[in-house]
Amino acid sequence: MKILVAVKRVADYNVKVRAKSDNTGPDLANVKMAINPFCEIAVEEAVRLKEKGIATEIIVVSIGAQAAQEQVRTALALGADRGILITTDTDLESLAVAKCLKAVCDNESPDIVLLGKQAIDGDNNHTGQMLGALTGWAQATFASELTIDGDSATVIREVDAGLQTIQIKLPAIVTADLRLNEPRYASLPNIMKAKKKTIDSTTPADLGVDVAPRTTLLKAEPPAERKAGIKVEDVAQLVDKLKNEAKVIS
Amino acid sequence: MDFNLSDEQRAFQDAARAFAQGEMAPYAAEWDEEKIFPRDAIAAAGAMGFCGMYSPQELGGMGMSRLDASIVLEELAAACSSTAAFISIHNMATWMACTWGTEAVHSEFCEQLVVGEKLASYCLTEANAGSDAASISTKAIRDGKGTGDDYILNGGKSFISGAGSTDVLVLMARTGANDSGASGITAFAIPADLPGISYGKNESKMGWNSQPTRTISFEDVRVSAHYRLGAEGEGFKIAMKGLDGGRINIATCSIGAAQTTLNHAQQYIQERKQFGKPLAAFQALQFKLADMVTELVAARQMVRLAAFKLDNNDADKSTYCAMAKRFATDIGFQVCNEALQLHGGYGYLKEYPIERFLRDTRVHQILEGTNEIMRVIVARRILEEGATDIIR
Repeated sequence: MKILVAVKRVADYNVKVRAKSDNTGPDLANVKMAINPFCEIAVEEAVRLKEKGIATEIIVVSIGAQAAQEQVRTALALGADRGILITTDTDLESLAVAKCLKAVCDNESPDIVLLGKQAIDGDNNHTGQMLGALTGWAQATFASELTIDGDSATVIREVDAGLQTIQIKLPAIVTADLRLNEPRYASLPNIMKAKKKTIDSTTPADLGVDVAPRTTLLKAEPPAERKAGIKVEDVAQLVDKLKNEAKVIS
Repeated sequence: MDFNLSDEQRAFQDAARAFAQGEMAPYAAEWDEEKIFPRDAIAAAGAMGFCGMYSPQELGGMGMSRLDASIVLEELAAACSSTAAFISIHNMATWMACTWGTEAVHSEFCEQLVVGEKLASYCLTEANAGSDAASISTKAIRDGKGTGDDYILNGGKSFISGAGSTDVLVLMARTGANDSGASGITAFAIPADLPGISYGKNESKMGWNSQPTRTISFEDVRVSAHYRLGAEGEGFKIAMKGLDGGRINIATCSIGAAQTTLNHAQQYIQERKQFGKPLAAFQALQFKLADMVTELVAARQMVRLAAFKLDNNDADKSTYCAMAKRFATDIGFQVCNEALQLHGGYGYLKEYPIERFLRDTRVHQILEGTNEIMRVIVARRILEEGATDIIR
């Protein structure tokens, strides 16, 4: 069984991201970058499937600037077998990413595509679903448990109402939620081994994908700063404010 | 010349940081308070490859450069400098056993040492031989009886990190005459539980509480010759070679600690308000922070330079290691101390981690050669003719 895992290079979750002074986007100069945490969970799940003898090959793919090779390498150090880097200097929208992944699916014919449910930079939560539509394959998003059984998979999904269990036919798209697993650390020996694994490079153009943006970013601004609170005089004033200012009670 | 870390070095750093922040930082205060030697965490570090970083790959080590090892160790020290320091000592002792050990030593110890399944202590210092390390008096006498191949060990060691909780002792003993000085010293790697070895109480210390420190007594301990490292009389040379790297390690532990306390101070002075504004609004404190970061960067670069010199077997590597050790451990302690000052009374409380890093880094100015001995080494070299030009 072949598994394709998509990983995205994003600002590290510990970083406090600021907007550029001209409001054209986030300021990523000299910011520590990392693999998107949900993508890391997807990689870990693939590696566990391989350790269980279910998966035979794990291919990791990333789309972005040349620097995203670092995140592909990280995934290789976590246990993926080989990498594909689709390089582009433009910021891709979810649809363009999904189309690139569709092209990779056409070339590689994976049985499962594992993705993070969303990236912590755009927080779009689009790509997995769009890839499902483009491929016509079954999709199971927000997975917190994945069990493979022959040519189908049982997935427990985290939905608003609680947990939903579904069965899907393979090939399928599965997007990882936070509780799917706890990713391992990349060890020094595995980082060294990852150096010797191959990463094939390609471009959206080579894959025949049109990545022209469909939307325009008008402005990126930091959220309004929180104002200091006030001390209320008494309960009556509190109730009044909750009723008439905050409008949380009526 | 390129001062940037390579992709691989960044991967090492990221891995070490993730491990240290996940498996060490949350427990460091408890290890310190309860004097817990975290064998499980050290074994987990071993599984990550952190226990045999510059030991040869043929014996299961990582075969990394000292510079790469320093990048990893700094991240561990940023979480718990005491445990990181023990891991660094273990790395040094393991490297000695791998480099100069016989096949018997390799098969009996090294495979497990490089992955942290067995731990090693380094035993040089004695009650009456500290800075004057060549004056050690622990004796290893050839035994004429039996095969005539054994040594009989008598004497004692002091200030031994990990002693009583480790499995292997890498130790220096005198095989020559009492007045044989450095040339009469021989190195051994022996099982820590040989008959005749006994351990003192766990010393009560200012810091470094996550690792026990004990005296060791040797009373007619029979040691097979295959436990000898190198030839007879080579011990002091081996000890000094180990110490070049050991000094980089200890200097690195100071850098990691300083980085953490700087991080805390930078946040704290922006949160804490006095006289109606954050402490960070006061220029006196801004300047203090500016000096802390400037000196920390300088110290880190000096440590990495010394590691580079050691990796490239530079003729002046020992001088650079001595300069780096002196400078980085002084700056490391100073940054911790200033971070504590910026925290005011809160810095003095155990509720904040600053005082632990301060206590843990204080000893770095003393061990692995005191900073006074470092100055002796540097001064001796710089007074030689033409030596001032070498630093250009």
